[in-house]
Amino acid sequence: MAGFLVKRLLQAIFVVIAITLLVSFAIRLTGDPAVTMFQGGGSMTEDDLARIRAALGTDKPFFVQYFDFLKGILTLDFGRSFVGGTQVSTLIGNAIPATLMLAFVSMAISIVLSIPLGIMAATSRGKGLDQAIRIFSLIGLSFPNFWLATMLVLLFSITLGLLPPSGMGGIESYIMPGATMAIILTATNVRLVRTTMLDTLQSQYVMVARAKGLSETKVLYKHALRNCAIPLITYFGLQFGGLLGGIVVIERVFNWPGLGTLAFDAVGARDYPVLQAVITVLSLLIVGINLLVDIAYGLIDPRIRTE
Amino acid sequence: MSATMDNQTPLLSVEGLSVDFGVSRVVEDLSFSVQPGRTVAIVGESGSGKSVTSLSIMRLADMMGATFAAGRIMFAGQDLLQASQKQMRKIRGKEIAMIFQEPMTSLNPVFTIGDQICEVLLLHEDMNKAEALAEATRLLDLVRLPDSAELVSRYPHQLSGGMRQRVMIAMALACRPKLLIADEPTTALDVTIQAQILTIMRELQKDLGMGMVFITHDMGVVAEMADDVVVMWKGKKVEQGPVEQIFASPQHPYTRTLLAAVPRLGSMTGEAFPKRMPLTVLEDGQPKLVGEERVQDTARYGDKPLLSVKDLSIRFDIRKTIFGKVTHRLSAVSKVAFDIYPGETLALVGESGSGKSTIGRTIQQLQSAHSGDISFNGRGYSEMSAADRFRMRQEIQYIFQDPFASLDPRKTVGFSIAEPINTHGLLSGGQAIRRRVDELLERVGLGSQYADRYPHEFSGGQRQRICIARALASDPKLIIADEALSALDVSIQAQIINLFMDLQAERGLAYLFISHDMAVVEKMSHRVAVLYLGQIMEMGSRRQVFETPEHDYTRRLLASVPVADPAAQRNTVLIEGDIPNPVHRVGEEPAILGREEINPGHFVAKSA
Repeated sequence: MAGFLVKRLLQAIFVVIAITLLVSFAIRLTGDPAVTMFQGGGSMTEDDLARIRAALGTDKPFFVQYFDFLKGILTLDFGRSFVGGTQVSTLIGNAIPATLMLAFVSMAISIVLSIPLGIMAATSRGKGLDQAIRIFSLIGLSFPNFWLATMLVLLFSITLGLLPPSGMGGIESYIMPGATMAIILTATNVRLVRTTMLDTLQSQYVMVARAKGLSETKVLYKHALRNCAIPLITYFGLQFGGLLGGIVVIERVFNWPGLGTLAFDAVGARDYPVLQAVITVLSLLIVGINLLVDIAYGLIDPRIRTE
Repeated sequence: MSATMDNQTPLLSVEGLSVDFGVSRVVEDLSFSVQPGRTVAIVGESGSGKSVTSLSIMRLADMMGATFAAGRIMFAGQDLLQASQKQMRKIRGKEIAMIFQEPMTSLNPVFTIGDQICEVLLLHEDMNKAEALAEATRLLDLVRLPDSAELVSRYPHQLSGGMRQRVMIAMALACRPKLLIADEPTTALDVTIQAQILTIMRELQKDLGMGMVFITHDMGVVAEMADDVVVMWKGKKVEQGPVEQIFASPQHPYTRTLLAAVPRLGSMTGEAFPKRMPLTVLEDGQPKLVGEERVQDTARYGDKPLLSVKDLSIRFDIRKTIFGKVTHRLSAVSKVAFDIYPGETLALVGESGSGKSTIGRTIQQLQSAHSGDISFNGRGYSEMSAADRFRMRQEIQYIFQDPFASLDPRKTVGFSIAEPINTHGLLSGGQAIRRRVDELLERVGLGSQYADRYPHEFSGGQRQRICIARALASDPKLIIADEALSALDVSIQAQIINLFMDLQAERGLAYLFISHDMAVVEKMSHRVAVLYLGQIMEMGSRRQVFETPEHDYTRRLLASVPVADPAAQRNTVLIEGDIPNPVHRVGEEPAILGREEINPGHFVAKSA
């Protein structure tokens, strides 16, 4: 176990360095923050710009800047935002809970919905219920998420006036962004649960469990589901990573104060410190989730535990 | 029906049962009954409807989409076909229990042995968790599993197949059921383990007074276990009677054909060579002998050996430290040596884990050896160039056990058969290749019209013929048949054995015949090598090994084979224990046994 964790830690460090290096380098190809900041000011001289660059630290060679950034990570000091001068760590600290809450809520809704629906579809394979679930899943898969989000806002906020159209507030503010993502996730997950369940239901031990006289609920949710868990959590883990990437769009539509909004604004302003910090945090989150998935394998399957 | 059967009201009586799957009728008008304490064996080949019958009694066939068109299944005064699934759940596991064929997949891999046994006790008996656990331990003792107290907290993957099947038996017997249904319970097990399991089942049945429905295709097992026999063929019962009567004077032509096809250990006693025997087939409803009888004197011992294996050792690294240092190894094969002569069939027999398949795979270069050398036609693999080694794959062909898995389902069988010809560039031009494929299909007893069909359109026996055609396509000198007959019904098996022998006589082929089935080996082989834990225990001509076995293990193996004769003395000697685990620490390699030649050509391993 110790060896495994050390290996994973080294892997994580490598991943974070590779991603931040790529992102930091790429963003610097897209324009000068000094120019971006004062666009429209018009009266900037080359001297003024040079002074701004010196103040921001962007006059130094790329690798010096990048190295400073890495040093900053170790002390959790990501510097100050180019826009407004707030501590980047404060910005990130405020945005992480918003994003994670939204991501967890939508994942949770999707898992709670897709497992029973997927099992229902698998047990009624080829019958009406299965067909219905598959058709709804296909419809869910076909929605573009921004379109679905806009439609929900039009219906529930503008027309019915039931829910707040944007921003993060009480529990009611979670309903639309959470539902938008959950619908799309559930559409995929139902199919995944159905397929893995169909495989598992062919197993001899499911027949043995029935031959013991166990109820169908016990057979499905105790004996079969636990054996489906490995492919399911593998996929859920990957999905969570994808979700963090895809959340930018939803955060924009609902004006959600999370990492996605932060990253979006930072790209626009060429706000290097903020962008680098967001990317670092996101990649650490994804690496962390995958580590949790690996640990969960061992908890679920004794055959993996003993290896 | 025998007189004893009329005395009591039966425990179970199946009356006029018909079972449909969709539009096809799988079981038709089946009737039989089981008395308490007696065993009824249902015998038949694949597709006979015997497994569906057992699942219908449990009403588990419902979940697979079966409908019951007619009949009654009376158990304890109740018609099970009228019972709801809710009522059935009270009967399943409690009144009627079932053991399935595949012990490796019957237990749920993610729960402990103890949990799985306790589950059924907690469900049906008025027990708390602690009582259930104590009872589970007692049950494991009952099926003679050692260290039962520790075993309850282990997981299925930590147990061997034989141990898992005992756990299944313990689980089935947990609530002292009145009826036990065993569906091919020993088919997937080695013969010595099979002998243990059958003995345990027989004794526990006597102790508990259960009725038993024993489903099997193995007439040897029937002879050992059954009181009464029901023979099924294509979904119908063709014959029923006490076991002695079925074996001594079978009435129905199908029963006679089936019994004639069963390979019997000892049938070749006194014969110097294997013999191609005529087949008994059903023709116009009557069994008839078809084909010639021929002595298979094909081995050319005067020639140089075709294949020569010298001091072959094969190891697998099992466990490593973080730094990649190997700490545990599996010595699959240790210092094995044998020759195969042109036209000869050498059988490698042994139980699972003996290393017999590993040797075959190494000869076919699917695996690399740790030490030792293999030479073909006098040239060692180690001195061959990559191109020469590639050519070896043309000269040596492999036939696998599972004909369902060894053909690509997305390619026509013609394509699969042509592949070795194309790979080795043996013929050029589509016309010539097509002609050759047609010839090969005809040769293995299928028509050339089948070339454009896909594997799923064929039965298991036909697929194995296709695999043989594919093996012949590259015109090999040696064919390695790895349990090639094990997945087939006996009647099909007999046909394929003859096909193997005919091809050997025609083409002078040599076979390395890898098998666990002693009776089939006796029919087919010129010489036999007995493997145990990666070493040859005994090797010699078929007569030497079968008629004057010298090594203990060979004797034990032969004694474990069930005899297809109910009058024969039952082998009640319980062989204790499992085959030991061949995984060892580095540095603690198993001792290599020396060998001595006790008679010309008859080698026996010296005891360590």
